[in-house]
Amino acid sequence: MNFFKPALILSFAFLAVFGEATLAAPRSLLGAQIDLLPALMVYAALNADLVTVSLLAMLGGLWFDSLSANPLGVTVLPLMAAGFPIYLQRDLILRGLPFAQCVLGAAASALVPLLTVLLLLNGGKQPLVGWGSLWQWLVMTAGGAAAAPVIFALFEWCGRTFGYQPRTETSFRADREILRGRNNL
Amino acid sequence: MFKQKNYLALGAVVFVAIVLLSLPTHATVRLKLAVGSWFLPLFGLAGAAQQLPADLADSVLPRRELLLQIDNLRRENQQLKEQRIQTVAIARENDQLRNLLGWQRQAPWKLKLANVVMRDPANWWRTIQIDLGSRDGIQTNQPVLTAAGLVGRISSVGYVSSQAVLIGDQNCRVSALVEDATHDMGVLTASGPLDTSLVQLSYLASSASLKPGQTVLTSGLGGVFPKGIPIGKIVDVQAIEYGLATEARVKLNADLGALEQVWVLFK
Repeated sequence: MNFFKPALILSFAFLAVFGEATLAAPRSLLGAQIDLLPALMVYAALNADLVTVSLLAMLGGLWFDSLSANPLGVTVLPLMAAGFPIYLQRDLILRGLPFAQCVLGAAASALVPLLTVLLLLNGGKQPLVGWGSLWQWLVMTAGGAAAAPVIFALFEWCGRTFGYQPRTETSFRADREILRGRNNL
Repeated sequence: MFKQKNYLALGAVVFVAIVLLSLPTHATVRLKLAVGSWFLPLFGLAGAAQQLPADLADSVLPRRELLLQIDNLRRENQQLKEQRIQTVAIARENDQLRNLLGWQRQAPWKLKLANVVMRDPANWWRTIQIDLGSRDGIQTNQPVLTAAGLVGRISSVGYVSSQAVLIGDQNCRVSALVEDATHDMGVLTASGPLDTSLVQLSYLASSASLKPGQTVLTSGLGGVFPKGIPIGKIVDVQAIEYGLATEARVKLNADLGALEQVWVLFK
């Protein structure tokens, strides 16, 4: 089994969570931190197997919650809720089109924070929510839409550069070989 | 569409999430710290990345500029030394007067410097991670401040790092008093999610006579924050609940969006 793609996806998720926790520029410029996990989940749901999608939801959610004041595990379900329907319908989705990637990235990036905040409110927590959250939600959605095609392109490049190359087929077939000479009769 | 393996994967994820969410608080905190410790090797990287622009700026500064900075720092150092001598004399006088009145002597603050290594990746909380933990003697609810003023309090402690919840978050409420003639008291509560520099001062009496520009300090009530830590200044005041109560907006002295180093206060 080729573990390259799952390892790459999970490594990217780990670094994305770390980047979100350390880079203050998006928050100071746009007023909100952009979450890359939903866009990554779109890529995983369209290009990886179900185990990778589940692992990304669990580990990505756990990593995110461990650096946040979220209760541990609250981000796992929203990530899975974004990735699982896409995985089920992936044969019908034109995954190579940047427009489709943008739309799915935006939808997932809009859904995940919404579901997370709903779960938090349902669990009796008091997240910082107000009219300004609407702006943050829009920034996260737009950020996810912009990030999805970039993630797709990045993983395509990584796959081409570091992944196994497809074996080149030769046109030679032994059963169709024309043998010449008297000794072969 | 729905195959057995799909059901299994979905069920496994839902099961894990439910188990995690229903764990008792102390177990969740430990597990959270354990998972968060995966990022420990990257702490140094983050620190180096934050330091890099400053190092680059230092390396390209001309010699004349550096000499000017050294001169300014020497002058500032001299002023601080003079201020320190005055402060020590005032503190001694304060202790003598307290002795005469039979009041308990105030213990001086002990501070420990910490680097801010991470911020909350979620937009709906205001927390930071600092590089001091239980091995440095950090405990929950210790006040966190900068030279400008109060920042928040420690909310959870790991072995080498801790999480601090900042003013303006729902989980960090501070009893505050206004430096005016009547010393009006209120509670600092959460503000909007966008502007980190403004917080609400609520539960003020309707008779509170507040004016913009007045200083807000910690009141010392509640047992978490000692009295007298500067918090900010009043921006505007408005009557709420049909004039039965007053609310004020406070501009924080500390810039919560640009925290790099903070002090943890030991009582």
